[in-house]
Amino acid sequence: MLAFIIRRLLQSILVMLAVSFIAFSLFNFTGDPVALMLPPEATQLDREEVRKTLGLDQPFYVQFAVFVQNALQGNFGISLRLGRPVSQLLIERLPATLELATTAAALGLLIGIPLGIYTALKRESWTSNLLLTGSLIGVSLPNFLIGIFLILIFAVWLGWLPSFGRGEVTQLGLWSTGFLTESGLKALVLPAITLGFYPVTLFMRLVRAQMLEVLRADYIKFARARGLTNNAVYFGHALKNTLVPVITIAGLQLGGLIAFAIITETVFQWPGMGLLFIQAVQFADIPVMAAYLCLIGFIFVSINLMVDVLYYIVDPRLRTDRAGGH
Amino acid sequence: MMNFVFKFHPRAVFASLIACLCSAMLCTAVSANTLRYASQDDPQTLDPHAANLLPTTRVIAQIYESLVARDQQFKIVPGLALWWSNPDSKTWRFKLRPNVKFHDGSPFTADDVVFSVERALHPQSQLKASLVGVATAKKIDDFTVDLIMKDPNPILINNLFLFRVMSKIWATKNGALAPQNYKASEDTFASRNANGTGPFMVKLRQPDVKTVLVANPNWWNIASTEKGNITQVEMLPIKSNATRVAALLSGEVDFVLDPPQQDVARLKKEANIRVSEGSDARIQYFAFDQFRDELLYSSVKGKNPFKDLRVRQAVAHAIDASAIRQVVMRGLSIPTGSLVPEGTQGYTKDVEKRLPVDREKAKALLTEAGYPTGFSVTLDCGINQPAADICQAAASMLSQVGIRTTPNIVPLANYFQKLQRFDTSFYLLSWGTSTFDALDTLQAVLEKNRGEQTTGGDSNYGRYSNPKMDDIIGKIKVEMDMKKRNLLIHDALVLNQTDIATLPLHQPVIPWAMRKNVTAVFTPNNVPYFFRFKMN
Repeated sequence: MLAFIIRRLLQSILVMLAVSFIAFSLFNFTGDPVALMLPPEATQLDREEVRKTLGLDQPFYVQFAVFVQNALQGNFGISLRLGRPVSQLLIERLPATLELATTAAALGLLIGIPLGIYTALKRESWTSNLLLTGSLIGVSLPNFLIGIFLILIFAVWLGWLPSFGRGEVTQLGLWSTGFLTESGLKALVLPAITLGFYPVTLFMRLVRAQMLEVLRADYIKFARARGLTNNAVYFGHALKNTLVPVITIAGLQLGGLIAFAIITETVFQWPGMGLLFIQAVQFADIPVMAAYLCLIGFIFVSINLMVDVLYYIVDPRLRTDRAGGH
Repeated sequence: MMNFVFKFHPRAVFASLIACLCSAMLCTAVSANTLRYASQDDPQTLDPHAANLLPTTRVIAQIYESLVARDQQFKIVPGLALWWSNPDSKTWRFKLRPNVKFHDGSPFTADDVVFSVERALHPQSQLKASLVGVATAKKIDDFTVDLIMKDPNPILINNLFLFRVMSKIWATKNGALAPQNYKASEDTFASRNANGTGPFMVKLRQPDVKTVLVANPNWWNIASTEKGNITQVEMLPIKSNATRVAALLSGEVDFVLDPPQQDVARLKKEANIRVSEGSDARIQYFAFDQFRDELLYSSVKGKNPFKDLRVRQAVAHAIDASAIRQVVMRGLSIPTGSLVPEGTQGYTKDVEKRLPVDREKAKALLTEAGYPTGFSVTLDCGINQPAADICQAAASMLSQVGIRTTPNIVPLANYFQKLQRFDTSFYLLSWGTSTFDALDTLQAVLEKNRGEQTTGGDSNYGRYSNPKMDDIIGKIKVEMDMKKRNLLIHDALVLNQTDIATLPLHQPVIPWAMRKNVTAVFTPNNVPYFFRFKMN
C-alpha cells in the first residue's frame, strides 16, 4: 500500500513536468506579454529591453529549463501582470476556489444522490420525469449562461444577493474564509449554485442509472426472496453497490470543479485561481499560467490517488489483487 | 435605492432561508459619499514609475501628483510647481509649492523632485517618456529645482503631466528606491503601498478584489472650486461585461467606467442610471504596407498596389465612416480625417475633412491604377471591440468596390507582435496622445521606421516613408516657437491626408455609466479624477 502511494506520488511529478513542458511549448502562441505590459506608445527599444530582462527572447525549452530549475527551489517567479510572487498569489487565491468547489460538490452530492435514488425508485411518477427533463438543462446549459440568469433574477430583479465578489472574508492564518460572515455566505450562494448545477444533474443521472442496474441484480432478488423490507433492500444492499462508481466520478468531478471553476469565477468576479488564470491568459502572464497548470495537474493526480485508496477501502475484491491503478 | 420590499409569501423553507440571508445585506448601508467604482481592469501596481498603462494611471492619478496639473478643461495649470520658466534652452526652472505634505505627513521639498526624476529615469522605469530630453535634476534651494536638458523638448511641460513625485524619505525608508524589477522576482513595497501628495490616500489594496481610497484631509488644493464631495472610493475590478452592468443596475456599484457598447442604449433608458459621454483623445486609423514590393497577403503578385496613391484613395472613397459610426459604434464615434484629435496642440479644423464616400470614383481609381477587376487583401485587426467589428464592416465596404478584403482578427497579445514583425499588408490601429501634443503621434506613426536603432516610426508598421514628412517632423521636434511649430504640425497633418499615409477613421466616444446621484467630470484621457466627482 505504501509503495503504491509512493509510486503514484512519483508519477505525479512526471505528470507535472509533462504538463508544464506542454504548457511552455504553447506559450509561444499566447502572445507577447511585453505588448501588454508596456503602453502601445512605447518604443521598439523599450520593448526589446523588457523582453530581454524577462528572458522572453530565449527559445521555449530554455525558458522551460529555467522555470523547472527555479520551481525546484520553490520559486515560481513573479506575475508579469501584478508584479507579485506567483506562489503567494496562488496561496491567496486557493481558499476562494476550494470553498467554491467544495460547496458546489457538496450540493452535487447532497442533492444529486437523493434525487437519483428517488427517480430510480419512482420511475413512473411525473416528478421523476420532470426532474429528468430538467436535468437535461443542467447538462446542456453552459455555466456562464446559468450564472448570468441567476444574476439577472436574484441580483438585478429581486436584489437579494450580490452579483459579484466574495463578500467579507475572515483571515484564519493563511486561509481566508467566506464561511464565517453573512456577506461571505450570501456571496457564495449564486456562484455555488452555478457551479453545482452540473454535478447535481450528473450525480442524479448517474445514481439513477446505477441503481436501476443494481436493482436488476440477482442478490437483490434473493434479498427480496428472503423477505427483507423494501427499505432494507434499497438502502442496505442496493445503494451501497451503487456508490462505487459514484466515488470515482465524484473525485474526478471535484478536480474538474476546481479546474473548471474558471468560467463561474469570471462571471461572478470570484477572486479565486480560475479568475487569476483567465486574466493571466489574456495578459500572456507566463509565470502564473505555468504555475497554475502545474498545480491543477498536481490536484488531479492527488485526487486520483485518493480515489484509488477509497476504492481499496470500499471494494474488498481489490484488496486481494495486486494494488494498481484502475 | 437599496430598500427592498417583501412582496411574496415565503411558501417553501428554501425561499425564507434565502430571504433571511439576504435582507441583512441590503441594510449594510454605505456612507453617502462612498463611490463604488467598477471597471474591467485592476491596476497592475501602485508604483508611479513602474507601469504606464491606463488601469494603473487611473489609480495613481488619485494618489500622486505632478509638477503641473490639468484643470477641468484639461488646460495645463500649476500643480506641485507654482510656476516655471525656461531661462535657456538647456534649463527649465521650477518654483515648488510650499507647505505641501505627503500622506504620511512628511513635507514636500526639492529633494523629493530630484529623487523622483532620478527614479523615473531609472532603466527599470516605464515612465521615461514623461521626461523626454531631461538629463538630470538639480536642487537650487529647498523649493527650487532645475531640470537640465540633454536635448531641447518644446513640450516638456505637457510630458511632465505624467511624471509623478514620490517622497524620498518614504522610499528610502521602505527600500523602494527603484521601480520594480521583474527579472529579480522582487515584490517592492511601493507596488503595494503608496504615499503621494494627492487628493486620495490608499486605505486598502487587495489586487483583483478591491482598492479602497479615502480623501486626504490635508490636501493642499482642498479649497479648489473644482472639488466635489467624495470621501471614499472603492475601486472594484469586474471582468465580465454582463456582471459589471448587472452590478450597476442592482445598485451594488455607483459608477462603471467601461460599460459594454451594446448595453449603452439600454442603460440610457434606465430611470436611475445616467450615461455621460466624452470623446477619447485617440484616433482609430487604417494603414497600409507601403514598403514591400509585393504584399504578403494579397492576390496581386509582383507589385504592391498600396504603393499607388490611387489605390489608397480608392480605399478612402470606399470606407463610409458615418455608416460605421451608426452601425458598429452605435453613435459613439466622431468620424474624422485627422490623425490627431481636436484639442491637440497644432490641430486645426481643416485637417478633419475626409474624402467623400464615392464607390464609382473608387472603382474608377482602381481601374486607372491597373486593377479593373480589383484584388484581394487581408485586413488585420485586434480582437478588442470595437476594432473587430469595424474590420468586418470595412471589409464588406471595400469588397463592394472590388478590393476583396478578408478581415483577420487577432488576439491583442499576438497582434502587436505581428505588427512589430511588419507581418501585415493592411491593418487597423488606434493611437492616443497622452501629452495632447501632435508630435507623439507624428513621430511614432508617420516618421520613417529605422528599425531598432532610433526611436522614430515606432508604430509605423506599414513602413510609410516620405523624406518631406521626416523633414517636417524633425523640425517639430526642436522648434521652440509655438506659432511656427503649430504651422509645421498643420503641414504634417495635411501631408498625411494628401499622401494617405494613413487613413484616419474616427475618434471614439467613451461612455461612462453611473447611478443618477453621481455627477462625474469627463476627461479626454479617460481617467476619472474622483476629487471632482459629486454624490448626493
